[in-house]
Parts: sequence; C-alpha cells; structure tokens
Amino acid sequence: MERLTPVAQRAPGQWQIGTVVATRNETPSVRTIRIALPMWMAFLPGQHYEVRLTAPDGYSAQRSYSVASSPSEEGVIELTVERLEDGEVSPYLHDVLMDGDELEVRGPFTSYFVWRGESPVLLVGGGSGVVPLMSILRHRRVTMPELPMRLVYSVRRPGDEIFRDELAPETELTYTKEAPRGWSGHTGRIDKAMLAPLAVELAGGLAFVCGTNGFVEAATTALMDDGWPGERIRTERFGPSG
Amino acid sequence: MSGFVSRGFTGRRREPADIAARLPPGQYLETGWPVLTAGPTPHVEEGDWRLKVDGMVHNTREWTWQEFGELPFETVPTDIHCVTKWSKLGTSFGGVSLDTLLEGVEPQGAYTIVYSYGGYTTNLELEDLTGGKAWVVTENEGDALSAEHGGPARLLVPHLYFWKSAKWIAGIRVMDHEEPGFWESNGYHIRGDPWKEQRYWSD
Repeated sequence: MERLTPVAQRAPGQWQIGTVVATRNETPSVRTIRIALPMWMAFLPGQHYEVRLTAPDGYSAQRSYSVASSPSEEGVIELTVERLEDGEVSPYLHDVLMDGDELEVRGPFTSYFVWRGESPVLLVGGGSGVVPLMSILRHRRVTMPELPMRLVYSVRRPGDEIFRDELAPETELTYTKEAPRGWSGHTGRIDKAMLAPLAVELAGGLAFVCGTNGFVEAATTALMDDGWPGERIRTERFGPSG
Repeated sequence: MSGFVSRGFTGRRREPADIAARLPPGQYLETGWPVLTAGPTPHVEEGDWRLKVDGMVHNTREWTWQEFGELPFETVPTDIHCVTKWSKLGTSFGGVSLDTLLEGVEPQGAYTIVYSYGGYTTNLELEDLTGGKAWVVTENEGDALSAEHGGPARLLVPHLYFWKSAKWIAGIRVMDHEEPGFWESNGYHIRGDPWKEQRYWSD
C-alpha cells in the first residue's frame, strides 16, 4: 500500500480504548458522546469512527458514526448518535454509557465525504445527517470563518433540531411536519425553490448532502435542477443502522 | 481481541447460530437493502447502455442491452456483505456470469478496473471475477434492478464487500498491474474479503 500513502501516516484503524469525558443530550433521541483518545490523530471533517461493544462472553457488535467535533480539538472526538429503537449499539450509547466509562473505537476512516478547505461550500442535511456537516461547519468557524459556507437543515418538528444552540445565520432551517408557533422561515421538504438562491450565491462550489437515501435523492435532484453540477455534489446516505 | 469488555453490554440482538454462522466478523443482519452511493444516482437508459471488455485483451467485446439479453442467464442465490457492516442473507440476483463475458477475450493481465456510468471505479483481480464467482446482473429477486441499486446492470461479486459490486457497470478493463479504484483510493481495502474483515487500508 506504500504507493497509496507516500507520506508516512500515523496508522489509523487500530482499535483503542477511549474514555467518555462528557455526554450531552441534543434532542430526546440524539446524544453526543465526548471521548478522550490515547491515540488521537488529526482527522478530516466528515470522517467516521467505528465503535465496538464487547460482552463478557466475547460477543461483540460494531457500528460506524460520523465525528461531529472539529479536528482543531486535539485529543478528543465527539460522536453524535441517534437512538434507534431496534438497534443494538445506539441504545447502549444512550441508555447505559456514562461519563468515565471506557469505549473501544477505531478511526478515522475514509476520505471521500470530507472537507479539505474547498470554497464555497453548501451543506445540506436531513435529521441526523447534519452530524458530519457540523464537523465541517465547526472546523470552518475555527479555521476560516470568512469562507463562504451555508447549511440547509431539514428537521421534522420543533425539538428535533440537533445542535440548536449553534445554528447561526449561515443556517437555513426547514420544518417538514410541524413548524414552531410564529415561524416565518422555511417549511416543507427541501426542494428546487429553496435551494435556488444558494445555488446562485455559492456557484462554483462544492455541496455535501447527508441524510437518508430518500432525502439525499430528493436534495441532489433539486440541486441539479438548479444547475449545480452532479460532479460537485458529495453524498453520504445512511440506511437502517443501529 | 483485546480482552476489553464494555461495562453493562450483554448483546441483546444476538442471532440464532445458523444465521450467526453466515455473518462475517463485525457484520449484523439487515432485512432491508440500504442504498449507499457516493454522489448522485446516474440514470442510464437501456437503449443507451453498453457493456465493454477492454484494456489488455486480445479481443475487446461490447454488448448492447439487447445483445446482453441473449447471453446465458443465471439465477444466483447469495448473501451480500456491505463494508458499512450490514449483511443481507438469502437474496438472489439474475444475470450473466463473467466467465461467459470473458470467453474468447484472452486477457493479457491479471488485474482489472471495473468502470461505471457516473464515474465510479473499483479494482478486482481477474481471479476474483472468474470461476463462477462474479456476474453482471440485471435483476434482484426476479425484478429489474432499480436505478438506485445500480440498474440497469451492476456487477455482483458476493464473496467480497459490496462496494466491489459496482453499480451502473459500463465495462471491465483488463490491466497488467493493480490500480486502486474509487473507494480503494479513499480508505477502503484493496481486496475487501469480508471473512478476513478487510475493511480499510490498515486491515
């Protein structure tokens, strides 16, 4: 593999035992877990880590989760996890895991759905699809706040907004099922009309779209209908996982 | 195994032994069929579709949709394993064996790059494509493959992680050296054997 990785890198991918240093409920079904890592390495916003749970008899279960924090926070990662009712790993991360617990993880992985400082940038997220986008947004706020970047974020109803306190003027929120009282912003699913002004404002840029497959299909189709080139759209789709 | 135990974890979704035996390490059972695609979904009309075998071969081949439909068709019952950790058991595909497609081609190299409409690529050793191990399929469980699952035609290489089973296949290029494809350049393993858990470069 040497010719793929000409620069010596600190091998990602080794399992390591992190320590949970904080947890935070973002919504009733979404929790952020802050983990201190003994073998932390710089990652690219958008990359993911794997989590492995092991029972006393050796049975284990693994899942992948996007990092929500910025790589400018050295030594730690934050994973923001939606609780899936019939899942095996996410219910543990929500209901059992506490501050001070150890958690086995490895990463960071894959370098396609990642932001390397390209500009301008349009982020389009549905539900917990906002998680890797928040890593990008947070990193931009720390490293190059003047860089043009916008987030369009689709949630079902009030109370579903993950990272609500951090949603600044660069973000346009839309409520698909029910809007807050007195809401004057977007409602309904992300469509061509909603994205059209941003396709103009951010022309020539790179788009990151993350959500369920249905969300990603609809959002990328709308964006391409607005003239955004398909080759400048990166997508991450999550299927059922838990 | 590190001997590490996750406090309070017992594993509540264990599968029966016969199912568990069909799940490669680190995989879990998925009953749906999640869609994972990097980038927008290409929509390829059957009338525009061509399949090629080219590169370092004595005889290049090319089929239209209609010509492809006249080749010997096989039904392939199989399990599939995605690197993102889900496995789908007991599904079936319908299509044409790579052994049929490579007949008379006389490859001059041991490696291939499979390329797709939309620009996706993945690398495979010829050995992983021959001997009844790989197909170009147009059906899943008796129905035409939908565009989001790679229709009109995709590669099927079920003994490797499913990113190798390129959607929207346009051709197979034979080469004399190994060249990483799209995901293999972006962090996934060069071969991707699920039973060896070859997920990433470092595996």
